[in-house]
Amino acid sequence: MNDMNMKVNIAGVSFKNPITTASGTFGSGMEYSDYVDLNRLGAVTTKGVSLVPWPGNPTPRVAETYGGMLNAIGLQNPGVDVFIKRDLPFLKSFDTRIIVNVVGKTEEEYCEVTERLSACDVDMLEINISCPNVKEGGIAFGQDPRRVEAITSQVKKYAKKPIIIKLSPNVTDIAETAKAAEAGGADAISLINTLTGMKIDIERRTFLLANKVGGLSGPAIKPIAVRMIYQAANAVTIPIIGMGGVMDGEDALELIMAGATMVAVGTANFINPRATEEVIDGIEAYMLRNNISDINDLIGCVSGG
Amino acid sequence: MSIAIKKSIRVLKNLMLEEGVYDLWLEADDMVADARPGQFVSLYCNDGGRLLPRPISICEIDRDKSSIRLVYRVLGKGTEEFSRLKTGDLIDCIGPLGRGFTLEGSKALLIGGGIGIPPLLELAKQLSCEKDIVLGYRDLTFLENDFKKYGNVYISTEDGSIGTKGNVIDAIKANNLTADIIYACGPTPMLKGVKEYAEVNHIKAQLSLEERMACGIGACLACVCQSTEVDHHTNVHNKRICKEGPVFYADEIVL
Ligand SMILES: Cc1cc2nc3c(=O)[nH]c(=O)nc-3n(C[C@H](O)[C@H](O)[C@H](O)COP(=O)(O)OP(=O)(O)OC[C@H]3O[C@@H](n4cnc5c(N)ncnc54)[C@H](O)[C@@H]3O)c2cc1C
Ligand SMILES: Cc1cc2nc3c(=O)[nH]c(=O)nc-3n(C[C@H](O)[C@H](O)[C@H](O)COP(=O)(O)O)c2cc1C
Ligand code: FES
Repeated sequence: MNDMNMKVNIAGVSFKNPITTASGTFGSGMEYSDYVDLNRLGAVTTKGVSLVPWPGNPTPRVAETYGGMLNAIGLQNPGVDVFIKRDLPFLKSFDTRIIVNVVGKTEEEYCEVTERLSACDVDMLEINISCPNVKEGGIAFGQDPRRVEAITSQVKKYAKKPIIIKLSPNVTDIAETAKAAEAGGADAISLINTLTGMKIDIERRTFLLANKVGGLSGPAIKPIAVRMIYQAANAVTIPIIGMGGVMDGEDALELIMAGATMVAVGTANFINPRATEEVIDGIEAYMLRNNISDINDLIGCVSGG
Repeated sequence: MSIAIKKSIRVLKNLMLEEGVYDLWLEADDMVADARPGQFVSLYCNDGGRLLPRPISICEIDRDKSSIRLVYRVLGKGTEEFSRLKTGDLIDCIGPLGRGFTLEGSKALLIGGGIGIPPLLELAKQLSCEKDIVLGYRDLTFLENDFKKYGNVYISTEDGSIGTKGNVIDAIKANNLTADIIYACGPTPMLKGVKEYAEVNHIKAQLSLEERMACGIGACLACVCQSTEVDHHTNVHNKRICKEGPVFYADEIVL
């Protein structure tokens, strides 16, 4: 096992393995540190952080759907000050990389949060322009390639850390948005965020979620994630962090082979609090079984054929 | 505080108590030592399409037999699946979760409505003070005999077939019940009524709330309720029912 390489590199930042957490499914790691050795993860990606505290949407905020779930949390978060004072020192006490997910209602807010976090000891910033659950900001920026390029280049001016642009799957042509992020100066892209969905409570004859619509995640969306990662990987040269429905090592390998350098585990954490570590174990077992000595040999390997 | 664990545990028995209401005993050696009344466990479905765990309150803890009792109502496909569990089957479970009831006061009033009644049983067992117990049902009753061992039981039914006709507040008024601490669990309209009753009569109250959950351990922010003060963790007027709750003091929350 010792001569097996799990290390990957994105924009000059090296990660001990390709597994991170999907933003919003892992808090700032505190709750899951009871179940998972955070030191084993390639990185922890935090919940979206905004300039001031956000209260989020009314409840119900989640609904189960077959093989997946809808969420409309609405980016509730304590704000960047509390994040820096409380959550960041906690994460710093572990030997893992820190990726902070950034949200805003306006371009200025994205830039300000980016600037604040750039002054901190974090490794990368993930700019969430794809949240389907807030009225302003979020997905509004992520669906139009021109706006994707514009906000990327704006944020890039304030970022002293490499930035990842998180893309929305709620578009007709993912290659086009991926290219727009690259053109704007993104150091990497991540995809997919959740797909907009809806559930109706037939007994009450109304929407199940208070927000009416929510983002679909979980195993049900994995084939879409694999396809979009593959398309994006063929459209850009910057590295990709893939996510969407990863439940185990095999799922993560699909995303890697489609072209992802790193993979984030999201909804799976709710079903199995130890999912992240088990995904890493699963990848290692696969590599051992197939005599693969370097994980980098598998990244985008289907494209070659 | 030790942490909740996720593991497969054995079903000791699973019987129908009343039409659609089931009584499930689980072998839970590692869980019983820390479990407290008012806490819950989350049960996972076997059908892989139903991903999220179902939160169910702890009804009774048997430390001698290392087992816990859950009483649940069949509502949808998940609880329907649980109703088919047989002695010896294994079920994935995580718990105990959340913050339960705080035992206090010298004269307690326990108020349960419908499927909010079960979590009060272990509380009734552990409370050593004087107790009045008010149980509200639509029509069919369950568990009332289990409660009679621990205090004076008063019943309300919507149709008046047993006890006071009306709701739990009607039963409290009809029987002139007083207390220095109220413990309540039930549907939100009932909890609103209890909160108001407690405020008017200056009685301290602990209320157990319910909300749809995903992680069950405080990470996803699905299960929040509105709090009167800015919450220490969320930094907004929100508290997590799965973590700071499900039991809150009435003055901590807005219903
Ligand atoms: C802290 C807590 C304690 C609970 N204790 C009990 C108990 O002791 N006995 C009991 O019978 N029920 C209890 N419930 C309610 C119970 O969780 C739901 O009835 C159950 O999840 C329904 O699952 P289902 O698959 O049958 O229904 P479905 O409607 O098919 O479930 C679909 C999804 O919605 C969720 N859901 C549906 N209704 C509720 C609800 N009322 N609350 C939370 N999630 C819901 C399910 O968990 C699932 O994720 C409790 C809920 C909470 C939050
Ligand atoms: C409850 C919940 C909260 C989320 N919050 C965020 C968020 O704050 N920022 C973000 O960029 N993505 C957020 N996401 C999207 C996930 O990071 C991820 O892109 C998506 O869920 C797909 O991965 P999965 O199927 O493994 O969950 C959230 C997803 C869920 C389920
Ligand atoms: S269910 Fe995730 S925070 Fe409560």
